[in-house]
Amino acid sequence: MSKLIDEVKDSRRKYDVGSWIVPIIAVLTAMLVASVLMLIQGLDPMLAYKSLFTTAFGSSEGIAATLGKATPLVLSGLAVTLGLRAGLFNIGVQGQLLTGALASAWAGYALSNLPPLVHIALALAFGFFFGALVGAIAGYLKAFRGVHEVITTIMLNSIVMGIVDYLASNPFKEADQALTRTPQILDSVRLPMFGNFPSGFFLAAALAFLMWWILGFTTTGFRFNTVGRNRFAAWYAGISYKKTIFFAMLFSGGIAGLGGAVETLGITYRFEPAFNLGLGFDGITIALLGRVHPVGIIPGAILIGGMRAGAADMQFDAGVAPELVDLLLAMILFFVTAPLISRFFKNSANRSLTGGWGN
Amino acid sequence: MSALLEITGVSKQYPGVLANDNISLSVSAGEVVALLGENGAGKSTLLKAVFGLVKPDSGEIKIGGEPIIFGDTAGIISRGVGMVHQHFQLVPVMTVAENIILGDEPKSGLFINMKAARAEIIALSTRYGLEVDPDAVIEDLPVGMQQRVEILKALRKDVKLLILDEPTAVLTPQEIDELLSVVRNLAKSGVGIVLITHKLHEVMAVADRVVVLRGGKLIGTTSPKETDEAGLAQMMVGRSVVLQVNRTEAKRGGVVLEVKGMQVRDDRKILSVKGVDLALHKGEILGIAGVEGNGQREFVEAICGMRHREAGEVIINGVATKNMDPHGAHEAGISHIPEDREKHGLVSSYSIADNLILNQFDQEPFAKGWIRNLAEISKNAIAMVAKFDIRTPSPSNTASSLSGGNKQKVVVARELSEDLPVLIAAQPTRGVDVGSIEFIHNQLLSARDRGAAVLLVSAELDEILSLSDRIAVMSGGKIVAIVDSKGADRNYIGRLMAGLDK
Repeated sequence: MSKLIDEVKDSRRKYDVGSWIVPIIAVLTAMLVASVLMLIQGLDPMLAYKSLFTTAFGSSEGIAATLGKATPLVLSGLAVTLGLRAGLFNIGVQGQLLTGALASAWAGYALSNLPPLVHIALALAFGFFFGALVGAIAGYLKAFRGVHEVITTIMLNSIVMGIVDYLASNPFKEADQALTRTPQILDSVRLPMFGNFPSGFFLAAALAFLMWWILGFTTTGFRFNTVGRNRFAAWYAGISYKKTIFFAMLFSGGIAGLGGAVETLGITYRFEPAFNLGLGFDGITIALLGRVHPVGIIPGAILIGGMRAGAADMQFDAGVAPELVDLLLAMILFFVTAPLISRFFKNSANRSLTGGWGN
Repeated sequence: MSALLEITGVSKQYPGVLANDNISLSVSAGEVVALLGENGAGKSTLLKAVFGLVKPDSGEIKIGGEPIIFGDTAGIISRGVGMVHQHFQLVPVMTVAENIILGDEPKSGLFINMKAARAEIIALSTRYGLEVDPDAVIEDLPVGMQQRVEILKALRKDVKLLILDEPTAVLTPQEIDELLSVVRNLAKSGVGIVLITHKLHEVMAVADRVVVLRGGKLIGTTSPKETDEAGLAQMMVGRSVVLQVNRTEAKRGGVVLEVKGMQVRDDRKILSVKGVDLALHKGEILGIAGVEGNGQREFVEAICGMRHREAGEVIINGVATKNMDPHGAHEAGISHIPEDREKHGLVSSYSIADNLILNQFDQEPFAKGWIRNLAEISKNAIAMVAKFDIRTPSPSNTASSLSGGNKQKVVVARELSEDLPVLIAAQPTRGVDVGSIEFIHNQLLSARDRGAAVLLVSAELDEILSLSDRIAVMSGGKIVAIVDSKGADRNYIGRLMAGLDK
């Protein structure tokens, strides 16, 4: 009996982890296609990949840089994942992340005379809070007004970028500077390094495990998952759809904001609008690459962080434009969603020809 | 004359299951062949093979005397094989005419010639006696009418062989009668018909021949003249089924659930429950009979907290309740087998184990505070799967892997596991195979015998008659009569349902 129980519990975990074959094949296929493109240009793909990956993973400095790049990506991937689990496609991670980055930068330079730990915690909280605020707007509109979150988050991205640009170029602008950017944050609020390694990464990874535990083992996680899979059944089972949707979007935005804060406090040390572009959108790729599993986000973010970190050296060694990394990411996203697409078409074929035939 | 469809010795082996085992059958023009079998008997595989979607390991399928080519679905359809699915393939916002011509529109120049289309449809519908309004929008039509549109869609393509997949599952008794007479007319005009159904009395009413499948094997071919419903049921499940439930006398107790002056609006905001009073007693099954669409659904949903009530009271064990959500109703002591198990009853991508505790996920012992107790959830699942005979290799499989009957058993198991004072069962055996129906009926009866107050709503009058202690007939949003089921007259109840007697 108890063996049977263990077996059931085990298979639940297996089911939760999902298949890792698809993402691995997606990455390899993308690399293969990219090599063909490089060959057409007369470049050496082996050299390019060798340079890309030795830079990213070949030395402790390289790994440190990779983890630094990966840190905000883990958090933006988690933000997308949390939304998807509750059935929401949060395209607004970019805007939420920018808001968090700016808010924590302000807290980092404008507040002073605080003990370092308190100051760091406060700056992170600022990032979380303002990201959550942006997420909550979309969450409120979705839950209580029925406005589709894809529409609102895309629009909020534009709105937030405008506001953030305004703030960074006017009230929060560094004095006597031509560039649009905030002053540098105080040294005391910089995220410490563990040797070469940025502590922000460990914070992000810890959050990933925390989210995995919450989604898999708590009633809150069950609420999120149930609403994401069948909101009518969730309602029937006594789970408030509206509340769950609202909080999923709020926390998704908060985690994205935290991603911006970690970037500000650990890497850029100030807010500069052009710095964080794309981090939020990479989060979508990473979430899908990680099979919408919080812990799966970590390897996905490290891989993509590594590609970002190694791109410059790849250009230097193999003459391959760093934009190749963007191309790789786009193809990974394409191939990782391709099985979903083909399954969708297969299902729709089933619907018309064999649907409803029972089993 | 050669047969329209000729299946000879078809076998299909799937990993672990022999889905079709040397099956032969033929359908001639003008013949109605009923294909009977429980879920998993091999009907789907056989039909997929007919459409070229499944390649049989051995055997041959001929349509109009010509063997079919595997994969050539379009070719097979063009030879005059049509199918009306259980789930309609209609565009809800388009008109009847637009739906029927969809994919093969009569044109004048670049434009669709709607005039020609309408004329064609009117001609078609008079020819087969299937009246429709070509300009009506699908979503405004009752289900029976939508099905008629589906049939016309198939007939327009010169169908010689028409396959109807559980066509009566969604119909009201009147619509079923109409459909059956349509089927007979079509057969008379020379169309060969394959009717897939669970409902034995329809088979008896309409089929020329009955082919019974069980566990992938062809068990036998018979005809309504040679057998009766009990005989068919026995062939289907391989043992005799007690269609007439053995019901003991109810030990009726005090009133548990009382409804006073209830008024409820339907989805279109039209008042559909127009002042209902009802008292449900401990230890009885009260059946609500009625033609679907007479307010039963809204009535039940309002009791279960799934629909707002405009007026009236719901009193549970003497305590008046406010308008509630489903959770509130559950807390107040109502368990509910919902009418739409796919939508409300289950999360199909969740494991059977999680579905078995879906509305108890945050209660002891399945959660300790914030943390879910996976060991208890698994233990509960293993016990429930055994107790409710849920046929699955493991409770960790997803609910979507189950057959309709077993899905329903999951819902029934969950709702009965708590032993709440009130049980509301809405269409508890819809789309469920005969074996599971019997099991679910017995579970409802044993819930009654344990002292639960059971409210049963069903479109199947036979189900109401065989299970209920009292029968309330609902018509036009009101309860027009409450009769004791002992010696209840079927015809009298039918007349009440139709709103004829007062």
